[in-house]
Amino acid sequence: MSEQDKRGNRAYGFETRMIHAGTQPEPVTGARQTPIFQNTSYVFHDADHAASLFNLQTFGFIYSRLTNPTVAALEERLANLEGGRGGTCCASGHAAQILAFFALMEPGDRFICSTRLYGGSITQFGKTFKKFDWQADFVDVDDIDAVRRAVTPKTKAIFVESLANPGGVVSDIEALAAVAHDAAIPLIVDNTMATPYLCRPFEWGADLVVHSTTKFLSGNGTSVGGAVIDSGRFDWAAAGRFPGLAAPEPAYHGLNFQETFGDMAFTMQAHAVGLRDLGATMAPMNAFQTLLGTETLSLRMERHCSNAKAVAEYLEGHPQVAWVSCAALPSSRYYKLAQKYLPSGAGSVFTIGLKGGYAAGVKMVESCELLSHLANIGDVRSLILHPASTTHRQLTEAQQAAAGAGPEVVRLSIGLETVDDIIADLDQALAAAGKA
Amino acid sequence: MASPLTYSNAELLAILRATRTIAMVGASPKWNRPSYFAMKYLQEKGYRVIPVNPGHAGKEILGETVYASLSDIPDRFDMVDIFRNSEAAGPITDEAIALAKEKGIKVVWMQIGVINEAAAERARAAGLTVVMNRCPKIEFGRLHAELSWGGFNSGIISAKRRRVQL
Repeated sequence: MSEQDKRGNRAYGFETRMIHAGTQPEPVTGARQTPIFQNTSYVFHDADHAASLFNLQTFGFIYSRLTNPTVAALEERLANLEGGRGGTCCASGHAAQILAFFALMEPGDRFICSTRLYGGSITQFGKTFKKFDWQADFVDVDDIDAVRRAVTPKTKAIFVESLANPGGVVSDIEALAAVAHDAAIPLIVDNTMATPYLCRPFEWGADLVVHSTTKFLSGNGTSVGGAVIDSGRFDWAAAGRFPGLAAPEPAYHGLNFQETFGDMAFTMQAHAVGLRDLGATMAPMNAFQTLLGTETLSLRMERHCSNAKAVAEYLEGHPQVAWVSCAALPSSRYYKLAQKYLPSGAGSVFTIGLKGGYAAGVKMVESCELLSHLANIGDVRSLILHPASTTHRQLTEAQQAAAGAGPEVVRLSIGLETVDDIIADLDQALAAAGKA
Repeated sequence: MASPLTYSNAELLAILRATRTIAMVGASPKWNRPSYFAMKYLQEKGYRVIPVNPGHAGKEILGETVYASLSDIPDRFDMVDIFRNSEAAGPITDEAIALAKEKGIKVVWMQIGVINEAAAERARAAGLTVVMNRCPKIEFGRLHAELSWGGFNSGIISAKRRRVQL
């Protein structure tokens, strides 16, 4: 890193970009920190300027449902950190998933996704998406041949998590990208749990990345948000099956996004059509809080990973713990994939199985003093949850088991507290659970 | 689809700052064509853009008369912006080389997807600057932080305060 690239421009390192990308000083006032543009609408110079903006012929702001300067700063920063062409921020990680698929899917279309996704994604894809007549085909993505066999003429994408929530599962991004590209469809990777500091899916062939920015990117537990980042590399026109991106758009008088905007097509469409009509916009204040979070991303992720590894090692040796599913441990079946895709650390969210089953799981989370019992991950605070009774409650038992969220499972999101304090709290909670 | 940038920011900025008048070959009168977008944007930024399109010669696009060829343009121009395919860029570049002295042409700029290495070599040998597979609108927007407004990765890292004309 940090050398001259072939254009003669300095190729700045990750840490420099996480602080500076997208946020040059505000030119009118010179404000160094990015202002919160708490503003809905933007004045036109004249009627012609307004027409140019509405026709997408010039860059600029119309209305904050589509674009906002503070949100745009975060979009550029995330696009830069992922190595993508552009980014579209939105109200939540779930909104990001709708936005990504909205550009790709027509009624009757299908997509392939992992059986081990975050429970909320399984519900969104498996139930709510059906109302759009979008069919999710859940496949064990560890079996690359099974993914290949699941492709149909109606399949428009493959969707996986780089590092799956909750259970220490790592996706073989490079192999899945090859399957997707053989079928002329994009690979979408949810990179929430890894963040671009630990894993950059575009470097392994992914075409779109989605995030819940609520988690490690913001890190402070203040702001719900999401993002879709486009690599700019997928040729929507060549594939010939993505009319939302590469056919005349009736709502823009026949504009063809791919033809007009080239590698910027997806991000233009996601704002001009996706956010315009779905309306799931990120609030400027949330973008600001998330920008603050990204400024310390590398430092936080390093400590998250080292704390989590120490906690996982402690738990693996505990007599009441049946198993630990953490890709940082050599005992994990995903250890090799983690070494490949997450060489700087396997994140800080993982699951354990308690010998005492459901009752022990409930008792353990209730007995923690320092770890917060709540339904989030990626906070500076350590968090604990019993998925079967909370986040994965809507799933069937079979789905819970497939998602790594069976009755004995406890999910941990290890924060940045003194690691000995985290271990001590878990130790006393396990002692209490042992009496359950 | 996106090829790696092969021009430094400083080089592109210097071209865009030195240029005042652009002959746009392949300019379209249709409002939703990419060339129309680029012409309208560049006009808004203060450039004079002269459209060249034999099928529309004598008509007007965005207030400018359309000419059939570069040699038909009565005025001087700094840059030739080629909105044609890579093969067609060859003879257009040769025409630009032939007219360079008379018209003051300094830059041949080929749009995104337009790459003609042989033509570029001839133009460089004739002392012209060549940019290929880029759009002057997008590069202007990228280098002046306007592309960032749309959430795009400009690749620009700077703690300098940009000057704003008030």
